[in-house]
Amino acid sequence: MEDALLLALQLLGATIRVATPLVLAAFAGMFCERAGVVDIGLEGKMLAGAFFSAAVASATLNPWLGLLAGIAAGVALAMVHGFACITHNGNQVVSGMAINILVAGLAPTLAYAWFQQGGQTPLLPSQARIPAVELPGDDALAGVPVLGPIYRELFNGNNILIWVTLVLVIATHWVLYRSRFGLRLRAVGENPAAVDTAGLSVAKLRYQALIVTGVLTGMAGSYLSTGHGAGFVRDMTAGKGYLALAALIFGKWRPGPTLFACLLFAFTDAVQVRLQGVVLPVIGVIPVQFIQMLPYVLTVLLLAGFVGKAIAPKASGIPYVKER
Amino acid sequence: MLLSGSGKGQPGAVPGWVGYALLPVLNLVAAFVLSGLVILVIGENPVDVLSLLLTEALGYPEAIGYTLYYTTSYIFTGLAVAIAFHCGLFNIGGEGQAYLGGLGAGLVALALTGWPWPVVAVLAILASALFGAAWAFIPAWLQAKRGSHIVITTIMFNFIAASIMTWLLVDVLIRPGSQSPETREFDPGVWLPSMDRALGWFGITIPASPLNLSFLWALACCVLFHLFLRRTRWGYELRTVGRNERAAVYAGISPARNIIIAMLISGALAGFVGVNEILGVQHRVILNFTGGVGFVGIAVALMGRNHPVGIILAALLFGVLAQGGGQLSFEYPTINRELVMVIQGLVILFAGAMENLFKPQVEALFRRRGSATAADAATGGRS
Repeated sequence: MEDALLLALQLLGATIRVATPLVLAAFAGMFCERAGVVDIGLEGKMLAGAFFSAAVASATLNPWLGLLAGIAAGVALAMVHGFACITHNGNQVVSGMAINILVAGLAPTLAYAWFQQGGQTPLLPSQARIPAVELPGDDALAGVPVLGPIYRELFNGNNILIWVTLVLVIATHWVLYRSRFGLRLRAVGENPAAVDTAGLSVAKLRYQALIVTGVLTGMAGSYLSTGHGAGFVRDMTAGKGYLALAALIFGKWRPGPTLFACLLFAFTDAVQVRLQGVVLPVIGVIPVQFIQMLPYVLTVLLLAGFVGKAIAPKASGIPYVKER
Repeated sequence: MLLSGSGKGQPGAVPGWVGYALLPVLNLVAAFVLSGLVILVIGENPVDVLSLLLTEALGYPEAIGYTLYYTTSYIFTGLAVAIAFHCGLFNIGGEGQAYLGGLGAGLVALALTGWPWPVVAVLAILASALFGAAWAFIPAWLQAKRGSHIVITTIMFNFIAASIMTWLLVDVLIRPGSQSPETREFDPGVWLPSMDRALGWFGITIPASPLNLSFLWALACCVLFHLFLRRTRWGYELRTVGRNERAAVYAGISPARNIIIAMLISGALAGFVGVNEILGVQHRVILNFTGGVGFVGIAVALMGRNHPVGIILAALLFGVLAQGGGQLSFEYPTINRELVMVIQGLVILFAGAMENLFKPQVEALFRRRGSATAADAATGGRS
């Protein structure tokens, strides 16, 4: 009983740690897609955030400067995306993909030239990493049967960015549905012509949304390389940007369901690590690859309308041209 | 919808070659200038690096062989993306379709040990087409019948393909007793002959390189692509759906049917990458042999303006980048293979997403000249 509880808690703890960058990236995607800009470049922005955070943190031994650098990288790439798609009405999918390919090359290229460690940054010492929050009272609760383990596994010792993400999730919900900016953001993603008629700048709103996207993806990258990990390694996002996109669609572009989708995907990942090589009754060993592809299969099924209906913001993916 | 911004039907004094040649070249120059900046940041001389890149890609016969080997795969994926574009679809799934195509070609080669290579080659071409098309069919069917956005579903199918292939190679097809996830090597008798061997039969000697007979098949595909699109009723229907779906419906053309046909052909073309890579070069099915060809195909199709001749030229450009860029790391200790991806990314960004970057300025330039000599303006082609 005690063991089962501990196992469940460890799984949930791992879920939270894996979910954090997913949540950040998916919510980043939510801001720009709700504003009508499709961004499949989440992956690239995250990777850039991860690299520049680790590079700056490694050079200055200051994780906060690293975080800032990661955010700056995310925002800069988001602005490139905006320049191509909003200012020049370029193809959003092509632009996002170009950014992914560019960063997949640029990060290791710069790492290779700057650190001479085969496309990685050096291992970060603990003072250069974004710290975990040690909550008080761990000792006091240690002896308490159920509460103690829950406190230790799920609450204590989480990275600061995990708590920040939690706050951001709530803030996002509030911004999208309760603030004037959120109303306009959603309007510009559904019917930009109406927003334009109301005297608001469609381009400006979309750029603002992309800034938020850049900040959040940069943070996601920072978490990967300086919070969860201790340095940048080649291709360290490993498709998390696309997974976040899948979660965003699975969550039907809404904060609550998207958070749930991220947690679900992260949970399958946490379970997957535990299930490797375990023989289950009846089914036998499930190959890891089948668990790994689960989120993608779920997303396809959802898009096919077999699991509810996914309706994207109406104007997403379409450049806004005045007076067509 | 996806190809908006080409400015079709716009009356103007701007000659056609500006859109087809000048703007792409300007975009390319911009991409290379930025690549030069990256090289400068690394601490090398951009001019030296880029000229070495060209020499290593085109400077001697062996290098040209390698370049054309990369070009072969890029022609296949470029055509794959282009045919989908002509039907108004964006096929990002070339990567997964090529991966599955390689599986098809590989299974044929594994099964037919001892058969003459021409038979194996034909069957492998069919199998890779079948596997690639099958992998494209599901997203196509979902798009046509359920309205699922094909960009997202094909991205997801790339990941699903990668997982399935990893599973197959790790657990099922792996050579018994082997540690690395790959199949056994095919019998040398069924390999698709390399170009140096094939030309050797005619008494022509060229240096050995991975370039193989699938290059000729790629060129044949370009011709077939053109004939299909421009000379058959099916091609006409397909382009009509791409241009204006509602008009197509009024004309009695079924968009759903054409979406599926376009994606089947697209998947088959992407699948041919497997013939080049698996049957022609690797001679076994290995992990991740596609290495991004599906994505480069998008850039190739965009730069080539979805026309076979343009696609060959664009594929050649990306072949030069792949081969020349790959060689740089031997000369420069600070540069590794990934620099190629930087240049690729910038070329895609400028030639694809920002294709209209210089358009207003260039058009304004021509208009000013045009208004001075009105006669020139009257003879100007479509923009």
